[in-house]
Amino acid sequence: MSMNLEREKAQLPMVDLAPVRSSVITKLLYGGMVVSMLAAFYFIFMYAEIEKTMGAVQKIFYMHVPSAWVAFLAFFVTFVFSILFLVKRKRIFDTYAYVSAEIGVVFTAIVLTTGPIWAKSSWNTWWAWEPRLTTTLILFFLFMAYLMVRQMDGVWDKKARLAAVFGIIGFADVPIVFFAIRWWQSKFHPIVFGEGPSQQGGGIAPSMLVALLVTITAFTFLYAYILHKGVSFENMRIKVGHYKEKLRERLEN
Amino acid sequence: MLRTALTIAKKDIYSELRTKQVLGTMIIFAGLVILVLSFAFDPANNTTKAVIPGAVWIIIVFSGILGLNRSLVSEQRNDTMHGLLVAPMDASSIYLGKFLANFSMILVVELVSIPFLFLLFDFKITGSILYFILVLFVGSFGFIAIGTFLAALASNSKSSEMLLPLLLFPMTSPVLIGVTQATKIILTNMEKLPTAIAWLQLVTAYDVIFFVLCFLLIEYVLEV
Repeated sequence: MSMNLEREKAQLPMVDLAPVRSSVITKLLYGGMVVSMLAAFYFIFMYAEIEKTMGAVQKIFYMHVPSAWVAFLAFFVTFVFSILFLVKRKRIFDTYAYVSAEIGVVFTAIVLTTGPIWAKSSWNTWWAWEPRLTTTLILFFLFMAYLMVRQMDGVWDKKARLAAVFGIIGFADVPIVFFAIRWWQSKFHPIVFGEGPSQQGGGIAPSMLVALLVTITAFTFLYAYILHKGVSFENMRIKVGHYKEKLRERLEN
Repeated sequence: MLRTALTIAKKDIYSELRTKQVLGTMIIFAGLVILVLSFAFDPANNTTKAVIPGAVWIIIVFSGILGLNRSLVSEQRNDTMHGLLVAPMDASSIYLGKFLANFSMILVVELVSIPFLFLLFDFKITGSILYFILVLFVGSFGFIAIGTFLAALASNSKSSEMLLPLLLFPMTSPVLIGVTQATKIILTNMEKLPTAIAWLQLVTAYDVIFFVLCFLLIEYVLEV
């Protein structure tokens, strides 16, 4: 499409970047992340008791659950910023949505790797087509597709618009996927919190719960830190792109 | 809005009847999928009967994706998308028109290919045909509704043929789970009809939610 290419050139010199924030927030997030991570290590390996039947393998739980939480949080953030972008049309919202989706995909990959390792020792199978697993897998594919939309050719505002639309319907899809699969087959995952329908396999020792909560806090800090860093990297990348374009223009003329 | 949508649908179907390009390809492709299925699952074997309800949806999904791709890419290739956009109508009626055209095409493909599938695999329907048609209708509706939307989204990319399946398959997974389960029950085991109806309700809910969502969001996709 020749029209788009013309536009691409006309669009680029315009610079509207959010200023890179002062490093106070970065330092704060970094400090919080380090402290809470160290605390999480202490709580996981020293404080929490060792599970009776599974033994030390169960420790992977403290990696698995917080990763899942961060993945969902990241996708939710993508969803929110996608809506914000469609309403306000500011580039910074799009950058947040993009970086958050990338982090989400990484953490979903962590969930999908730690899950089978744990499953092998606890369910004696690597994989089961069970609601939460399948939903996570589909979520992974959905947001891989989201990143593919981002890789499209063309001007940024078109890509950002399409990605925002996809981010919204993708996130809206997740609960339906979950209910569909839950209906389809439900066997394994224990319901750890609240009153499970069967109560068997559920429940969690208080010390484990404390360790889990600490780890979740640590991972949330980690997420916030990566998000912040990622956004400032992305902003720098955009800036460099603008400089390159300006330089090229000067060379051409 | 409905009238403009119908005009677009009519235009699409007319141009399709002229060339018979997409519909022919879809039907031949459906036949080829049946052929591949016969290699994969021995038709003489009795256990193959259990796979047939799923095979129905494999055919619909794979041949559907061919048609979906064409419907919007051809507008982009010929640069007629701008023409549609400047025409005095909403973006949503373009979507609706495209949806109607695609939906009628997939119905034709189903009409031809599914009897062939049953014939070639010697499958006897023990359940109710009326319910089966209902499932086909509801399932194709959802698949094509979201498919048309995502095809419009993917058509902005140069490699939309590769992009569309990646977007469409995970997004439609609830529909596919629902309709395959319902089809299996309806074709072979009518005693479990309430479960099938529950699945149908789920798929219908999905259809409604995503049809409305696509309707609202298509403006942002078709923006220039």
